[in-house]
Amino acid sequence: MIDKQYIGHRLPAFSAEVEKGRLKFFAKAIGQTDPVYTDEAAARAAGHPGLPVPPTFLFCLEMESPNPGALRELLDLPLPKILHGEQRFHYHAMVYAGDMLSFEQRIADIYDKKGGLLEFIVRETRVTNQHGTHVADLHGITVVRHG
Amino acid sequence: MVETSQLKVGDALPAFTTPPISRLTLALYCGASGDHNPMHVDIDYAKAGGSPDVFAHGMLSMGYLGRLLTHWVPQRQLREYGVRFVAITQVGESITCSGSVTELFEVNGERRARLSLQTTNQHGQVKLTGDAVVALY
Repeated sequence: MIDKQYIGHRLPAFSAEVEKGRLKFFAKAIGQTDPVYTDEAAARAAGHPGLPVPPTFLFCLEMESPNPGALRELLDLPLPKILHGEQRFHYHAMVYAGDMLSFEQRIADIYDKKGGLLEFIVRETRVTNQHGTHVADLHGITVVRHG
Repeated sequence: MVETSQLKVGDALPAFTTPPISRLTLALYCGASGDHNPMHVDIDYAKAGGSPDVFAHGMLSMGYLGRLLTHWVPQRQLREYGVRFVAITQVGESITCSGSVTELFEVNGERRARLSLQTTNQHGQVKLTGDAVVALY
């Protein structure tokens, strides 16, 4: 069983830069053909100052942590038994190529179901940009399957 | 982009279906997303862990569904977006992304729509369920 004393635990904050090339690569990977996401001229014509970060890419940037396995190591979670259960984003402001984002992650909850066969870790991440603007909140649930 | 003035509950977003998910699809997503979990790209690792094959990243399908949203309204109107990963998406499956309006409401003077979202494979099996809130203006 995962030690519930970690509820409320904060992971070390970190920063991640939004790289233009990564955004173009990501657009290719998800089959995004809207030029707003790959062509700066098209982005500007649509009123953006640069290439926008698409809705789910903040989750990728969250993985740019110096140690993306920090939570797994802290809670001693077995990688092959881990599944992503849920993911949610609350958007407060747009993010663009060239922005420098700060991520503050916190373990919001740990609980189990089916007599401990399934354990759930709820992670909440506050994201701010280089101007101190609160741009988004991420809410992710990791599931550990036992047996 | 949708004309939002006539929008009503039950209206559908224009659905689309992806080409079959290949191992190349997963390799590209691994690199572009930064999710290097070997369960999605290394069949030897997957088999050693008891899985018959690699399987798709849940966030790949969430990215597909995100395309459904940003094709429908400009992204700056997106307020909230969440999914549950209901079933594993396998190599070879074609994923259909669809959604519809479930509620029209107002928050602090801003008109908003709540949407119900899902992905299904070519047999109609549901893989992701989700919801989103978009501003209408």
